[in-house]
Amino acid sequence: MTPEVALILGIDGLANGAVYLLAGLGLVLIFSVTRVVFVPFGDVAAFAALSLAAFEAGRLPATIGLVATLAVLALAVEIRSLVVRGETRRIPRAALGWGVLPALPCLAAWAIAGRAVPATLQVAAAVALVVPIIPLVARVALQPIADASVLVLLIASLALHYLLSGLGLLFFGPEGSRTAPLAGGALSLGGFSVSGQVLLMVGASLVLSGLFFLAFERTVAGKALRATAINRIGARLVGIRPARTALLAYVCASLLAGLIGILVAPVTTMYYDSGFLIGLKAFVAAIIGGLVSYPLTALGAIAVGVVESFASFWSGALKDVIVFSLLIPVLLLRSFFSAHPDEEEEEIDE
Amino acid sequence: MKNFLRSALGVVATCALAATALAADLKVGLSVSLSGPNASLGVPYAKGMQAAVAYRPEIGGRKVVLTVLDDASDPTTAGRNARKLIEEEKVDIIMGTSGVPAAIAMAQVSRETKTPMIGLTPIGLPPAEAEWLFTVAQPTPLMVNAVVEKMKANGVKTVAYIGFTDAWGDLVYDALLKATEPAGIKVVANERYARPDPSVTGQVLKIVALRPDAVMTGGAGTPGALPFLALQERGFKGGIYGNHGMINPDFLRVAGASASGAYLPTGPVIVADQLPANYPTRKASDDFRAAFLKVNGTPSTDAFSAYSFDGYLVFADAATRALATKAEPGTPAFRVALRDAIANTKEVVGTHGVYNFKAGNVYGVDERARVVVRVDNGTWKYVP
Repeated sequence: MTPEVALILGIDGLANGAVYLLAGLGLVLIFSVTRVVFVPFGDVAAFAALSLAAFEAGRLPATIGLVATLAVLALAVEIRSLVVRGETRRIPRAALGWGVLPALPCLAAWAIAGRAVPATLQVAAAVALVVPIIPLVARVALQPIADASVLVLLIASLALHYLLSGLGLLFFGPEGSRTAPLAGGALSLGGFSVSGQVLLMVGASLVLSGLFFLAFERTVAGKALRATAINRIGARLVGIRPARTALLAYVCASLLAGLIGILVAPVTTMYYDSGFLIGLKAFVAAIIGGLVSYPLTALGAIAVGVVESFASFWSGALKDVIVFSLLIPVLLLRSFFSAHPDEEEEEIDE
Repeated sequence: MKNFLRSALGVVATCALAATALAADLKVGLSVSLSGPNASLGVPYAKGMQAAVAYRPEIGGRKVVLTVLDDASDPTTAGRNARKLIEEEKVDIIMGTSGVPAAIAMAQVSRETKTPMIGLTPIGLPPAEAEWLFTVAQPTPLMVNAVVEKMKANGVKTVAYIGFTDAWGDLVYDALLKATEPAGIKVVANERYARPDPSVTGQVLKIVALRPDAVMTGGAGTPGALPFLALQERGFKGGIYGNHGMINPDFLRVAGASASGAYLPTGPVIVADQLPANYPTRKASDDFRAAFLKVNGTPSTDAFSAYSFDGYLVFADAATRALATKAEPGTPAFRVALRDAIANTKEVVGTHGVYNFKAGNVYGVDERARVVVRVDNGTWKYVP
């Protein structure tokens, strides 16, 4: 391996790592607030990429149908629970929140599809289109079992992944798509060039994680998220509603997933099911961060990206095996150095 | 869809039976994937067969009745369909289907019930298990040989291989090894990637570092475009060669400019309008396209519908000879006669090639069944 090859692989790894970083942040955010390992995270990213590809091809993205179906389901679930609780006067508000709000990006997408609009508008519409997906899915399938054990939630989210990727096949078809690069050009560093898209990916992930940090440290909503993550009962005692913070976490994660999809679509061919591997590798990063620590997750994500890139050079066929084998030493180390609070019992008390 | 088709065809079959109570009709059973992941192949298969029956509705004075079933891209359903076609619909021949495992499931039923089968996909079965099986598809080595010949003509001395980690990648690699040895071309690398992989940068860097004259790719469909894009990104200047699994408009859409100038093998029907007028399959291809347009209202652009058409032509030729033995359709004797007739097929001109079947060999095509095309501006260009 020459230094030049190592440099190319390193940069490729950083670009991959940047994507895993964002996905890892989303996973840790959802897990810490709701205790759900959100497996379908990557699927949503793929939907964003495929929506953008549809806009670029001048077609109406199939995501509209998906969001509309989910919104109808979520609205039905919400109305049913309101009726059961005898709070029928709150139905108009629920209709506004679960029915009208998700329909807005659909309308926007419908308005711009097939027209010559600037690329930035298409990107914004594609991201906006997937933002309702995670909150809606969570409202239908996860909120009713919000107090179940981590294992039950994990299995429910695994089932959701299969459901979403099945719907993805139905709505988007089996063939993949690529989108036009968001940033053209290349940066030349002493006879060696880095493409603009890679710079954008790394830059976007740095900026977004910075924003994340600020939001958690400086805003009330961010502090409420952290409070819920640390202690749900305590948070409720000081007037934070877990369902509300969970919704906020889902919206943030959905937004992150949308951005990931937009960032990776120009450099990889996205299929209806390519999101799963992104989510799985981000999960490895999140495990390195113990599913709680954002900085460790970020480091883990970069490590996963770089290891993956070098592994593909040494042995293409064993690349994923090498990446997932990272988990074994990490889990060993973590179980050596961490105390074991009995989490399951604590949950049953809630 | 399935039920509708079945009942509609059932009505047709009953009417046809009532009309010709004396001379039994010829019955063709087709099982293809009209739904599921393979539907993008199965739907054209069915349309091609309908065009073929409309093109020759009678064989030797007998009406042909076609029954189409949907196997939902599932091998178990395909096997069950084959049984249903043979035992309930009493067909004389079965044809199918989109996936190789599903086609093998059908072939097993065909062997067990002693009913001839014409496969529409390349089916790899040992000769002992394939007495009742014939296929109109081209074997992979035949296709890979065509590009290796093109490499030799282009003065390639070393070639690197990058393909899928699965059976398809192995199949193309084995064919490449066999074909390059006599051609004096050295295979210098064997890199693999999985279908859902987001990037092949590592593998491609390794290949570029070896400085081969050319790269052979063993992918298929849109995931097959990945090495093309990565090689272009790394500024690879040598020739890139593909295989027939990439002959698909979606591959061109994803690969874009990176596939420009690449050579790929395919059945001649894909570039039928560019073939010289005296090319053996030119007339059959023109007939097929006209029949397809007339029946389905849209032009045919894929290879799959043409396989169905060829399968039907082979059947029609063999059925004429089987009828001459005085065996009545619908009887075991006729099925044996039909099998023997197919096994003695001589120079039947189809859209993909000229068919000569022999007992003990499921494939019936030769060099006339493949051409090399070059990707030029997002279209396939015939290279003589």
